Amino acid sequence: MQVLLWTAQRASAAILGLCVIVHLLTIIYAVNGGLTAAEILGRTRGNAAWAAFYTLFVMAVAVHAPIGLRSILGETLGWRGRGVDVFVMAVALALALWGLRAVYAVFV
Amino acid sequence: MAAAGGTLKVSVWRGVETGRFQDYEVPRRESQTVLDVVTHIQRAIDPTLAYRFACRVGMCGSCAMNVNGRARWTCRTHVDKVAADGRLEIAPLSNLPVVRDLVTDMVPFFDKWAKAHGRFEGTRTRRDDFERVPPSSPARRQADAGIECIGCGVCYSACDVVSWNPAYLGPAALNRAWTLVNDARDTANRARLAAVAGDAGCHACHTHMSCSERCPKQIAPTAAIAGLKRAAMAAALRGDLGDE
Repeated sequence: MQVLLWTAQRASAAILGLCVIVHLLTIIYAVNGGLTAAEILGRTRGNAAWAAFYTLFVMAVAVHAPIGLRSILGETLGWRGRGVDVFVMAVALALALWGLRAVYAVFV
Repeated sequence: MAAAGGTLKVSVWRGVETGRFQDYEVPRRESQTVLDVVTHIQRAIDPTLAYRFACRVGMCGSCAMNVNGRARWTCRTHVDKVAADGRLEIAPLSNLPVVRDLVTDMVPFFDKWAKAHGRFEGTRTRRDDFERVPPSSPARRQADAGIECIGCGVCYSACDVVSWNPAYLGPAALNRAWTLVNDARDTANRARLAAVAGDAGCHACHTHMSCSERCPKQIAPTAAIAGLKRAAMAAALRGDLGDE
């Protein structure tokens, strides 16, 4: 399983690298352009491209962060085995659900 | 080079897991190594001091210790290089049980070589012809890069991941496994890759590179571990990662 986790974390890191750059550029553009919240929502609502981009971003976070958290918990607290696997799986689901809820909120 | 003469102030670990540093004054000599210092203490000051050495020329890998907080091979470490202020603190290697004073129990270290399938397994007999391995082949070069390991344990002592996860196989065992993965004659790579791909295997490495920085033979176990990560991933994606 470790090899698959490692592969998933590296692949999600590559996706996150691109997503974070696009996300930051978008924020800088929105702030410098002086866009209001209503104007931002006007651009995201019904826009499938932005919804797809942020869905990908959220899923990459939901894959990447719990795998790293699993290593941190094992190495700093000595928490290993089935218990930590269940815990980080719950973290992954929570990140995915909250993230997707946010994407849904600005899409609909 | 510091001039010979004068004295060194040397603090040496005495005890087992619990113990204390004991101070000694050792005459400063020209071209003096840290092993010379320890030997002087044991032979001229305190015969109860326990330490380990054999070849004294950087081949056997038995004299490694922590010197001023860094794991080093003491027989090839000149006092000039590490005791600029005339002080030395000498302790047993980290991440290994202490037998007594400066002697560590190397059993866990070498047990991990066995767990990483660090033993050559071939099928040829004396009646078969030699395997032809071009010296310039990429696999042979990869093996060459790690083959000179003397098993001193410096990398293992310097590794943060071992200190966080005592089950982690460690740089030396994984480096050994990588040399065998690149050995055209070896036939056990399927099981070897599975053995190094577990929770305490190559993927646990954080690439801190302390092993590569401290290795007295200038081997880069980090590169070997990266190679194992790629090889294990490729085997897993092919569905060919064997059973441990």
